[in-house]
Amino acid sequence: MKKFEKFVSHAACLPLKDIDTDQIIPARYLRTTNKEGLGDHLFHDWRYDGQGQPREGFLLNNPDANDARLLITGMNFGCGSSREHAVWALMDHGIYALIAPGFADIFHKNSLRNGLLPITVDAQTHESCLKAAASGTNFTVDLRSNTVTADSLTFSFEIDPFARNCLLQGIDDLEFILQHEDDIAAFEARN
Amino acid sequence: MTRPKAKTLYDKIWDNHVVVEGDRTPTILYIDLHLIHEVTSPQAFTGIRDRGLKVRRPDRTLATADHVTPTISKNIADAGELAVQQLRSLEQSCADFGVRLYTIGDSRRGIVHVIGPELGLTQPGLTLVCGDSHTSTHGAFGTLAFGIGTTEVEHVLASQCLLESKVGNFEVEFQGQLQPGVSSKDMILGLISKIGIGGGTGHVIEYTGSAIRSLGMEARMTICNMSIEGGARAGLVAPDDTTFEYMSGREFAPKAEDWDRAIGKWRQLPSDPEAFYDKAVTIDASTLEPMISFGTNPSMCAPIREEIPSPGDLDNPVERDQLEAALRYMDLVAGEPLIGQKVDVVFIGSCTNSRISDMREAARILKGRKVSEGVRALIVPGSEQVRTQAESEGLDRIFEEAGAQWRQPGCSMCLAMNGDQLRPGERSVSTSNRNFEGRQGQGGRTMLGSPLTAAASAVAGKVADPREFLSD
Ligand code: SF4
Repeated sequence: MKKFEKFVSHAACLPLKDIDTDQIIPARYLRTTNKEGLGDHLFHDWRYDGQGQPREGFLLNNPDANDARLLITGMNFGCGSSREHAVWALMDHGIYALIAPGFADIFHKNSLRNGLLPITVDAQTHESCLKAAASGTNFTVDLRSNTVTADSLTFSFEIDPFARNCLLQGIDDLEFILQHEDDIAAFEARN
Repeated sequence: MTRPKAKTLYDKIWDNHVVVEGDRTPTILYIDLHLIHEVTSPQAFTGIRDRGLKVRRPDRTLATADHVTPTISKNIADAGELAVQQLRSLEQSCADFGVRLYTIGDSRRGIVHVIGPELGLTQPGLTLVCGDSHTSTHGAFGTLAFGIGTTEVEHVLASQCLLESKVGNFEVEFQGQLQPGVSSKDMILGLISKIGIGGGTGHVIEYTGSAIRSLGMEARMTICNMSIEGGARAGLVAPDDTTFEYMSGREFAPKAEDWDRAIGKWRQLPSDPEAFYDKAVTIDASTLEPMISFGTNPSMCAPIREEIPSPGDLDNPVERDQLEAALRYMDLVAGEPLIGQKVDVVFIGSCTNSRISDMREAARILKGRKVSEGVRALIVPGSEQVRTQAESEGLDRIFEEAGAQWRQPGCSMCLAMNGDQLRPGERSVSTSNRNFEGRQGQGGRTMLGSPLTAAASAVAGKVADPREFLSD
């Protein structure tokens, strides 16, 4: 996993509630055995019509939004299927972090485990972020200080300290688990 | 002496599986059984190969092929080149790492959440995971079962453990008894319409109450299956005699003295009477009606005799917009009755409702009747065993005489990866679990209901109340 410290980017906004992972990447694009190239299918059915033509007006078909590293979205983002392809597709597209009033459980875990930062905010901060994003301003997301800054808007966010540490150091859970190999063996012997 | 703290079923299973208690780190939790399938495992196998690791416990790992397999034949090529590659990749990985695989042609193959219970592998008190959100199904046995992402599949392959944080306890009590024509699918849809699709987030739901106790195991599985549609980490039902009766004699269930010892252990699992739940909801099952969804997430559903709700009646602007967009997508008009809406396709299948009891329910309605002209009806058993059993009872003939298609087992049109799909604009009544936009094919419109409702709608050619077909 790559280290995550800080980035600066303008933000794209998709503030709908309950965006499920079938929208983030439809199942027919899961017939793959690797992680690459999934960004091409990110939000596929919202982005392209039945003939594969870009739908006018959809966020990612707007060149300004298309290269944003930060996506501000709505409540319960990533609900539904556990497919980690949703996280891979967002990252392959170039998204580094998400801001939402809440994330679905499995999606949230999948994000942290890949180095995609999910930032949970209250309703008021969410509003302020959307406003700041609409003015095209740059956001600075800094995990070292747990803060997001955009012009006059500054707020800090909470994140599980263990997950934060893994992100900052670019290490993953498996290394941590495998350090406890003896405990695992002892557990197996007991049960 | 202090009395031991009263515990829920979830607390007990959790405590029994802690390998290293988290202090400032999450807990390392031991996983007893890991089920895998072709879609969410290839990148995990690549991961352990790249790190030079092995599968720690191939004996606690079981693979099947279900998501991309064709249902028109037993030839994987019929699902396309990508499906062939994905299946070959699973076969190769299982061979390389010594993992048991029930692939096409094996009589034990089926949807991962159908075969675990039917083979007796799903047992009370175990921890069970799979790279699939509907792993919650297995909770019907009092098994702590939940879906994980592919990175976690890799962790479990390599270490048989997961880093987990404990979540809250949520009790959902179904009091009373169901009315005829109302099934467990209607119970879970009723719950989700009440709590919303995020209502269970951060919790494990335990289903309790007299209506749950009266249900058979397959009906309980339908309920636990859709716990994830309420956002919950898992769903649980405490094991009881119904559970033991279902398990007894199954291929991988304990035998002889082991069985007696196991039952003794399993009887300790139910929540203590004074156990604490962080959250609780009560539903009177006797007031439930057959439910059907009208929108684009599973909480957008209503009793079938009601009208399609109107966005104008909602105060919250976000919810109003959401409902408006959903009705536009579904091509439904607010204020019209749900009954009588045109249906193009009926799908009876998926890990929610593809077991033998579901097949029997569908047959109750289809027997001696015809699927309406212009309706495509697919009946897809959940496993080879279900298919064989249904055929031995003559259900396949009932279906075929009614004009429905009797298919090979698999996930099929639940997620439309194998070529079984809705065409743009088509509307289905489906017994699966998700009605998200495009879930059953780009532009497809899904209405969720029970097998009875789906079969009745197939006959009527439009959304129909199954109770009108159940005079006997
Ligand atoms: S039937 Fe549907 S929900 Fe169940 S495992 Fe298959 S794809 Fe997932």
